[in-house]
Amino acid sequence: MSAQPETVLSIDQVAVHFGGLVAISDMTFAVRSGEIVGLIGPNGAGKTTAFNVVTGFLKPTSGEVRYRSNPLNGLKPHEIAKLGLVRTFQRTSVFQERNVFQNVLTGLHGRGRSSLWDTLLGTPREKSSERELKDEANEILRFVGLEQRAHEPAGTLPYGEQRLIGVALALAAKPSMLLLDEPVSGMNPSETARFVKLVEKIRESGVTILLVEHDMPMVMKVCDRIVVLNYGRIIA
Amino acid sequence: MSRLLVSILVALLASVPLWLTDFYYLHVLIVTGIFIVAAMSLNLLLGYTGQLSLGHVAFFGIGAYTSALVSLGFEVHILPDVTVGMAPKPVWFAMLCATAVAGLTGYAIGKLSFRVRGAYFVIVSISFAEVVRLVALNWVELTQGPMALNNIPALTLGFDGFELSFLRKPAFYLLVLTMLVVCYVIIARLVNSRAGRAMIALRENESLAMSVGIDVTRYLVVATVVSAAMAGMAGALYTHYIRIVDPDIFLFIYTVTMVIMVVTGGKGTLAGPIVGGVIFGIVPEVLRGMEIRPEVQWIAYGVLMVLVVYFLPRGIVPAIESYMSSRRRAPKGEAVAVAPEAPQQ
Amino acid sequence: MGELVQHLLNATILGGTYALLGIGLTLIFGIMRVVNFTHGELYAFGAYCMYALAMLLGVNFFVALVLAMILGAALGAVLEIVLLSRLRGADIDTTMLVMIGAWIVMQNTEQLVWSGVALSIANPFPADPLVMGPLSVSWNRVFVFAAALLLIAGTYHLVNRTRLGKAMRATFQDRDTAALMGIRIDRIHTATFALGSSLAAAAGALLGPVFVVAPTMGDLAASKAFAIVILGGLGSVTGATLGGFILAFVEEIGAGYISSGYRDAMGFLLIILILLVRPTGLFAQKERIG
Repeated sequence: MSAQPETVLSIDQVAVHFGGLVAISDMTFAVRSGEIVGLIGPNGAGKTTAFNVVTGFLKPTSGEVRYRSNPLNGLKPHEIAKLGLVRTFQRTSVFQERNVFQNVLTGLHGRGRSSLWDTLLGTPREKSSERELKDEANEILRFVGLEQRAHEPAGTLPYGEQRLIGVALALAAKPSMLLLDEPVSGMNPSETARFVKLVEKIRESGVTILLVEHDMPMVMKVCDRIVVLNYGRIIA
Repeated sequence: MSRLLVSILVALLASVPLWLTDFYYLHVLIVTGIFIVAAMSLNLLLGYTGQLSLGHVAFFGIGAYTSALVSLGFEVHILPDVTVGMAPKPVWFAMLCATAVAGLTGYAIGKLSFRVRGAYFVIVSISFAEVVRLVALNWVELTQGPMALNNIPALTLGFDGFELSFLRKPAFYLLVLTMLVVCYVIIARLVNSRAGRAMIALRENESLAMSVGIDVTRYLVVATVVSAAMAGMAGALYTHYIRIVDPDIFLFIYTVTMVIMVVTGGKGTLAGPIVGGVIFGIVPEVLRGMEIRPEVQWIAYGVLMVLVVYFLPRGIVPAIESYMSSRRRAPKGEAVAVAPEAPQQ
Repeated sequence: MGELVQHLLNATILGGTYALLGIGLTLIFGIMRVVNFTHGELYAFGAYCMYALAMLLGVNFFVALVLAMILGAALGAVLEIVLLSRLRGADIDTTMLVMIGAWIVMQNTEQLVWSGVALSIANPFPADPLVMGPLSVSWNRVFVFAAALLLIAGTYHLVNRTRLGKAMRATFQDRDTAALMGIRIDRIHTATFALGSSLAAAAGALLGPVFVVAPTMGDLAASKAFAIVILGGLGSVTGATLGGFILAFVEEIGAGYISSGYRDAMGFLLIILILLVRPTGLFAQKERIG
């Protein structure tokens, strides 16, 4: 890369202790705008813990996380999501009992313009806002390639497609930076290949990406840079 | 259900006072209707946000007492020489007050109790209802305690010369039906909106909901306020119908009745509380007609509740829906997927 | 001053039975993740057993007490096997609804069998109270307190010192791993429910002779038990013991100096107050996110 783009996410000397157990001891790294960074390390190295700290699900014992110069310490997960920092989850990534379309509509929550009164009174603004959200949901489903599945309950889809719904949900929240937690675990090679293309497409749309993954070939293929976390310490 | 079908059903229900002349049956329908409104309001919390709130009767009772007190007027000593009081107000105003006070209580309770989830939340919600019951029992100056508030006025609307009285059962029946339809429409709009999707999202997966920017606590509080206000309104209807209210209105068993209605009918469905409410409103009357002792009736309730959890865990309405959709799809040999909500976007 | 000391003495005596009530409920929640709405009915069951045995059949008071506990354990085991064993792994709301159903059935059966009339049980203790200076307490209550302490100590011993207790604690910590280690989870659940039920029945059998026996007595006991376990933290035996005494003190002092009508509201007010001040203090453990 020629000109250094600005740093968007900086993690500064973050430590997380659970009682006496040290999950992360002293983590410092930064992600620059437009990058795809891989966060790797053995099981129990604190990768998911790092994600939980960055997205506000866990309070760090010490240290600071900043996103686009906003300190994130003390913010709630939904407030961090509204700043444009959105994550996916390793295990449960969908609203099981709702269909795929409703899942994405739910993800578009922050984009709606109607107030509670609009809803209760059925105002024109309610109707136009809902129409926009539905158009946008269809667009996102096309983007990730799930338009055929729109009306199936998310919980009944194969695992690989559920991971895609998770990504669609996160994209619906209009992230400027996306954190993917083991996105291809449980996918077969062809699904993984398709997913790699999707990740690149997401980056082209201007989204910075940080991903945790065990699938090393995939990591080497998509990532510009790799951070290795070992028992809470950065070793490379 | 299509809009046409619903309209026909409502029209049919509205015609009931024309041909049903036995006031006893009308009475059963009125009380059932009021409990259906209460069950629908509970369903918003229990079925859509997924919070098992077992203190719901508190909102119903607060609505009943508020409406009774505002329409009767009251005067109490806050301190030995400071009194607070109110002259009697018209009943329609009292009912609005009841809805507002119950809604405000819902706001306070929501803010407070959603700091905890799961079993803690359940027990806290029960505690809240018990405290309110004990206040109603012991604050005799305000509530008359166990002596009950008597002679609560009936609702009348209109001006000099033209007065519409809801003292008679046919008129009151229509009032209850109107309220039921209004509450149904409000809930239907809510759960199919952005706010409703947020509520369902936190039922399904709270962490995931937060991660896409949904302020979970805000929507829990919104759901509680709407739910509480509706229950309060139902309580106000009840109090001006029965025209007497005592602390027993807060008994846990009423919450349980509402829960049974919702769970049996199908939580998280629009029609569920109505189906459950009809069953548990009408069946007791049939049993009473057969001169079955109330204890036996309650035992039957309990057994039914257990059986429903075992054999129809999602309730009657979703079971019928999945049966219908399996019949429709069966010829194609497709796998049957159960849709959790009745309404499609 | 003398009045205060009398209140404190009453509270201590009351606290013993409260702790007993709370422990049974908290054990069942901690190990099985079930909020046992039948707890109060098992308490009432104990009291009715006592009445039937001691008053109707003429069984010796102390023998009747032991039999009531055994019958309570048996009823608990039956409830667990019939109602809960097929709901393993179901969410907490589902089991809660089933237990509410069982509660309704049990309470109304009591009403049907015994009618709503309050019954009293004679006790073999001297009618004159034990007087120590300005303080006085009835002999029956002294016995109840001693028996409650004995049962609490016995429960601690069972949970902390026996093989069964070890298996229970293992199940409490991690059900899946415990199952992999060869612990038979079904048996642990049945044993736990029987133990909790037996403790509830014991509390009822002990307090039946102090108060009167009536079908609705279980509701009040259950509401106290809930307050106690919330105070102590759901699942914690030590917490429930402390919670029992705390609730008793708050009730005694509140009823003595504020208003006796609100005695039964004190526990609930305490819960609400704790929530306002320190909601996170209640959590026993946090779950992994992700």
